[in-house]
Amino acid sequence: MSANQTPSAPAPGNDSGLAEVPAAAIGTGEPEPVAAPGILKSIVRRPATIAAGVFLLVLTFIAIFAPALAPYDPDVQNLLLRLRPPNAEHWLGTDDYGRDVLSRLIFGARVSLWAALQAAAVALVLGLPLGMIAGYRGGWVDAILTRIMDALMSAPSLVLAITIVAVLGAGITNAMLAIGLVMAPRFFRVARAGTMDVRHETYIEASIALGCSTLRIAVRHVLPNVLPPIILVISVSLGTAVAAEASLSFLGLGVQAPAASWGSMLSTASSNMRLAPYLVWPPGVMIFLAVLAFTYVGDGVRRALVRTRSGN
Amino acid sequence: MIRYASRRLLAAIPLLFVVPLLVFALIELAPGDPAVVLAGDEPTPERVEAIREELNLNAPVLVRYAMWVGDVLRGDLGTSFLSDQTVIELLTRRMATTMSLVLVAMIFAVVLGATLALVATLRSGGIVDRFVNGLASIAIAIPGFWFGLVLASVFAVGLQMFPAFGYQPLADGFWPWLSHLVLPGIALGLLPAAEVTLQLRSALGQVMKSDYVLNAEAKGLSRSSVVFKHSLKNACIPVVTVLGFRVAEVLAGSVTIEMIYNMPGLGRTAIEAVQGRDIPVLLGFVLFSTTVVVLVNLIVDISYGYFNPKVRS
Amino acid sequence: MARETAPAGTRTDATGGTADLLRVENLSVEFPSPSGGWQTTVQDVSFSLKPGGSMALVGESGSGKTVTSIAVMGLTGATGGRIASGRIVFDGVDLTAGTQKQWRDLRGPGMGMIFQQPIRSLNPAYTVGDQIAESVRKHLGMNRKQARARAVEMLDMVQIPRAAQRIDDYPHAFSGGMCQRVMIAMVMACNPRLLIADEPTTALDVTVQERILELLRDLQEQTGVALLFVSHDLAVVAELCRDVVVMYAGEVAENAPSEQLFFHPRHPYTSGLIGSIPKPGLSTDRRLRAIPGGIPAPGAWPHGCRFSSRCEFAVPGRCDVAHPGLVRLDGAAEHHARCVRAAELSLDGVTV
Repeated sequence: MSANQTPSAPAPGNDSGLAEVPAAAIGTGEPEPVAAPGILKSIVRRPATIAAGVFLLVLTFIAIFAPALAPYDPDVQNLLLRLRPPNAEHWLGTDDYGRDVLSRLIFGARVSLWAALQAAAVALVLGLPLGMIAGYRGGWVDAILTRIMDALMSAPSLVLAITIVAVLGAGITNAMLAIGLVMAPRFFRVARAGTMDVRHETYIEASIALGCSTLRIAVRHVLPNVLPPIILVISVSLGTAVAAEASLSFLGLGVQAPAASWGSMLSTASSNMRLAPYLVWPPGVMIFLAVLAFTYVGDGVRRALVRTRSGN
Repeated sequence: MIRYASRRLLAAIPLLFVVPLLVFALIELAPGDPAVVLAGDEPTPERVEAIREELNLNAPVLVRYAMWVGDVLRGDLGTSFLSDQTVIELLTRRMATTMSLVLVAMIFAVVLGATLALVATLRSGGIVDRFVNGLASIAIAIPGFWFGLVLASVFAVGLQMFPAFGYQPLADGFWPWLSHLVLPGIALGLLPAAEVTLQLRSALGQVMKSDYVLNAEAKGLSRSSVVFKHSLKNACIPVVTVLGFRVAEVLAGSVTIEMIYNMPGLGRTAIEAVQGRDIPVLLGFVLFSTTVVVLVNLIVDISYGYFNPKVRS
Repeated sequence: MARETAPAGTRTDATGGTADLLRVENLSVEFPSPSGGWQTTVQDVSFSLKPGGSMALVGESGSGKTVTSIAVMGLTGATGGRIASGRIVFDGVDLTAGTQKQWRDLRGPGMGMIFQQPIRSLNPAYTVGDQIAESVRKHLGMNRKQARARAVEMLDMVQIPRAAQRIDDYPHAFSGGMCQRVMIAMVMACNPRLLIADEPTTALDVTVQERILELLRDLQEQTGVALLFVSHDLAVVAELCRDVVVMYAGEVAENAPSEQLFFHPRHPYTSGLIGSIPKPGLSTDRRLRAIPGGIPAPGAWPHGCRFSSRCEFAVPGRCDVAHPGLVRLDGAAEHHARCVRAAELSLDGVTV
């Protein structure tokens, strides 16, 4: 179970598997916040997680320094060099406008990662505070918010994202807004569960009695308890978002021409399948590896959380 | 049982209308005149007026939403902006393709997943077991639509083993129907297949360690009876749960697969609706998808009664 | 592994008399150890059982008694372990030398087993009738209808009320005691010659325990099935079994006919177990004696006598230097003890 789903964004099923593990673990664990260094140390012990992390770092590096690394301008067309298979000048060949595939792949990393970050940020900004409010207030606020989030989760995620894009208009920002909205319930559930865990702990009741402001209590006492599982949801969601961005851009709802993302490159590959079958591989492999890497990092975080928990 | 099922169904109905409410809210919140925005790049005044009319944009958002819900409950999903067809007509005409695709994908997932999980369980701890597990964990990260592209490129365009594109109704014969569904079905079924494999393998591993399986061995039953009768049925419970969740994602995944294989299904309809900002059709599609998900979850709940007799009483 | 002084079971039966139904000879069982490699959990265990006889394997949890009984059933592999050495001879056939299939075919008509957790031993997904019927269909070749009738008959026999209706109930509809009755019915349905009962009453209420034991005793009288009874509870064993094998830390500590063992124990561990039996009616000045400490885990077995660290009679320099063998004791018929001081100690047995 994890961050990937076919062309789809977040799945309800996905969540109930991954996102709930830490929430449940928190439930049985100690009220004290988990110390972040403990988690890091635990992650570092797993080679698969390290490899995945290193891959993602390299990818980030490539995305940041894309202009320096790419051999060609990704958007410059050369109609004389259309659909050339991989060769010495163009290592991964050229696409239907004669653009260098490798350069587009490198710039695509930029788009894909940035988009994934945006989507995860939207989901975090929506889900975390709402989840904490629902968990802290309880009562009808909780009931209504939970209903809405459950409904969001029960709709097929990509269908929902497509609908939102339809209303807002195509484009990478709107697409990521849609994906972020669709992923928000994961953050909501984890934040809510983590908050409910500590809501009635003595140290929080004491802070209330001392007259601390709710905001202060939330930031100082509740947030540290909610954050570790949220880190897990973030890494899982980034993988989901990479896959979802690819799907939406493939469908022409995400990144708009001429900009390249891995998804839109697959769209090009799809329409030139007969003449240029080699176009199918590079973007697909990159999406696959990125999703796999986020999954492994998420898995490492999950194991680390469980271990830190049981270690307490 | 029937009372339980119908109660669950009734409780799920409000759920169906939450997502459309969100769509209405988004239309309201979107900057600019929604009618102009929805009319696309070069709106004609007539089209803007038509949209205003169709969506009752002159009324407050909640009123519009209530009217839409009222229409839906009366069985009226509205009329497409792009064609004169009613949304219901449009959806029912395209439904068979998508349902066939989803069906083939799910059957592929269950058959392949169950086979791999069983083989791995029988060779527990061996090379085959580890290979199957590794394969499935990797397959889970493969984007389904890319896998669809690869399959089309290799088996349809390259080796010409299957028709590359399009769809033949079942009425034209079973084999033409199936041959058009093999590649897209496999592409769509890859992820659920991997999940069934992992889930069933781990559930079987648990069950095989249980006291009642040891007891089945102590009764001198054959190996196949121990595995197929005494282990499989109990191991199915978590698998069915996952499959239930997965149907929603398979349905969503059919959108991209239908685009790749040029199949006239609901997904293609939805994309056309997005391109034409055909909100009634989209709302219908969302409603339909959510309904399917709710129904599937209901079936999953009912199936627990079969797999776990305790639920029945 | 050197054969030690011949224990009870290993005598050959060439001299006549009834042939043994079950002979366990120098059995050692291993399980994978967490640190890699294999860990011996049962070592060099021997005993034998006549047709229709009754024998108890007694010891605390961790003594290896359940592992031994599982090995007799041929289920060591199914529990993740393996038989490292020794033989299990059933009805004159060496099962350890035969195939898995041979052993599998014996389970049911030859030997059957009931377990400590009856509720968990029944498959929750099938009716009890189905689970009884499948055994008899497989082993007695009955058809569906005959098997169903047999299932009703067996439920009747183990005194489950309204057997004809209860047959279609699922295990969760039965109490623990009733589940154990179902288990007994299931095993006895194939007319086995050996019934292994692994702590069959431990998980049950005290009031129910007694009735299950009665049922076992009645069944043994009626059918002549041989009983291998595994228990930590000597009091229960005393009522039920003719012979007793006391196990400690994976090996036999003492074995003898029940009466002999109870009145004249020769191993301090046996004496300690007898002392820890609660006795109603005794005044508080005869307090319950508990053996201090716990069984050493496999892999942590001491070099000398494995019981020495807990033994009040242990003598440094004698008990902790060499691993004592199982010695046949003078005077008593078929009485063996694994204690270097067996001849010199005078131990408390059951006092009347």
